[in-house]
Amino acid sequence: MKTKLKGISYSKYGYLFSIPFIVAFLIFTLYPTIYTATLGFTDCKGVNGPENYHFLDKPFENFKSILENDTFRISLKNTILIWIMNFIPQISIALLLTAWFTSHSNEIRGKGFFKVVFYMPNIITAATVAILFHTLFNYPIGPVNDFLESTGLRESPYYFFTSKTACRIIVAFIQFWTWYGNTMIVLISGVLGISPDIYEAAEIDGANGVQTFFRITIPNLKTVLLYTLITSLVGGLNMFDIPFLFLNGGPDRATTTTSVFIYNQAFAGSYLYNKAAAASMIMWVIIALCSAVLFFVMRDKDQIKLEKEIKRAKKEAKLASKGGVNQWQW
Amino acid sequence: MAVVNKKPGSYAFKIIAYTFCLLLTVLSLFPFVIMIVNATRSSGQIQSHALSLVPGTNLAKNWSILFGRGFNPLAGFKNSLIISVCSTACNVYFSTMTAFALVAYDWKLRKPFFTLIMAVLMIPAQVTSIGFYQFMYKIHWTNSYLPLILPAIAAPTTVFFMRQYMIPSLPMEILQSARIDGAGEFRIFNQIVLPMMKPAMATQAIFSFVMSWNQLFMPQILITRMEKYTMPMMVSLLNGDAYKTEYGSVYLGLFLTIVPILIAYFLLSKYIIEGVALGGVKG
Repeated sequence: MKTKLKGISYSKYGYLFSIPFIVAFLIFTLYPTIYTATLGFTDCKGVNGPENYHFLDKPFENFKSILENDTFRISLKNTILIWIMNFIPQISIALLLTAWFTSHSNEIRGKGFFKVVFYMPNIITAATVAILFHTLFNYPIGPVNDFLESTGLRESPYYFFTSKTACRIIVAFIQFWTWYGNTMIVLISGVLGISPDIYEAAEIDGANGVQTFFRITIPNLKTVLLYTLITSLVGGLNMFDIPFLFLNGGPDRATTTTSVFIYNQAFAGSYLYNKAAAASMIMWVIIALCSAVLFFVMRDKDQIKLEKEIKRAKKEAKLASKGGVNQWQW
Repeated sequence: MAVVNKKPGSYAFKIIAYTFCLLLTVLSLFPFVIMIVNATRSSGQIQSHALSLVPGTNLAKNWSILFGRGFNPLAGFKNSLIISVCSTACNVYFSTMTAFALVAYDWKLRKPFFTLIMAVLMIPAQVTSIGFYQFMYKIHWTNSYLPLILPAIAAPTTVFFMRQYMIPSLPMEILQSARIDGAGEFRIFNQIVLPMMKPAMATQAIFSFVMSWNQLFMPQILITRMEKYTMPMMVSLLNGDAYKTEYGSVYLGLFLTIVPILIAYFLLSKYIIEGVALGGVKG
């Protein structure tokens, strides 16, 4: 409408400038997604898989066998377990640090330095981090065992890599260690977005630091917290680098995440592309549901409100004009 | 009264807060300190005491062992650099272009298009990797860097960020006056819009580069030839049998893989932290 009034229509440039994105999206995202979904219904496997495959007579056989697959179930359980073990301390410590770093009454010095240091593990290559921790927890000689022995906490070195629980805790710890700084920075920026007037009012009313945090900061941070929760969940459902390189999913599948499971099905000797595709699509649905929730929460509420107002105003104007006419007729 | 009561409590708070922050600082830095110190020590020294803060004198020997057994960080460095630079360039340039299309022009499908971008924002490439691999296999693009570079053209996260940045900072009057001066739309984008978007592009470039540099899953399934290995793939060699008892060399190898990232981080940390605060979405 607007452009027409000016005489020349520029709207075609909108399409023109979006072409690269759309083409790349169609080729590298949409087509592989559909292709993966299709492969889930076929018998595509083996080294010659890519060329010859046929649709199965019972279309949902792969999905059924994946859902009944013991390793898949274990890997899904592991993924969620490791994610929870990492997320609870992560969000707690991030919230605590956020409360301290944004406190008005007790200014902490060196915030900038702490932020830089806490965020650092996040930027380091996860592959390197996984191998580094593998080396640190090595048996019988590794820095951690050396520490445990020389401080007298243990008499003999502990073989971390044979204990399922220890390995899950280590993987969860690495995840926590790499992500808490990131979460903290996101939360701090969320707090800085809260109007300072509210804090001033609370201070005048005599609220202390703890009260301010629980009554003002947390309720106002709801959206940011939910955003953190879901992005972390989606990231956690894709956890690959660390469990894969730390012990290749071991010991006894204790750190096999769904991504590691999919990788092993398709690329580690067995070439079961159809099964891997079915497992991928199951994960795709779970992740899509999560991001749908996020999409719903993060949508621009003010914009929607504004649009509703405009619509209502238009309707009213119409009604009024009609009413006007009617009145005349009356 | 209140002020007097506040003093001791605030002291206690400060002691607890600083102690906790220092503990976390140690936790963040210590693994890297051990790594760097042990990179200079001999296997014998590490065997008798793996935990030490005193550097050794074995750096040169560790270096020669490391490079003598297949681990080639220079090749990995070169390969990762090619992929990361190209994909970052694609990512930033085309995302800015897409954001420009969304902000500057009024077209019919603009809203549905933006909704689509928002909807696929969270879906990670990993869950469609089987189809992606089969597709690349069919067109003989395995062992090529193209499938690691070209998908960066469609980066919903960057488009979203660039759009948020562009809406308040790109005055439409400038576009109008450029049009009056006879500039074409493509030239307006390249010569007027791109320079104005520099700060936002720099932030996004850092994140795109780091993400591309660190990714393991996609290269791991697409690349099988050793001379094409990226840096994170190189790292997995250190876990192999060739370095089973060469502890010092493993630490040195690990250190070499993260040197470029560490340097970049300490030079750019201010912008990186700001970028995360502005809404960096987790990968």
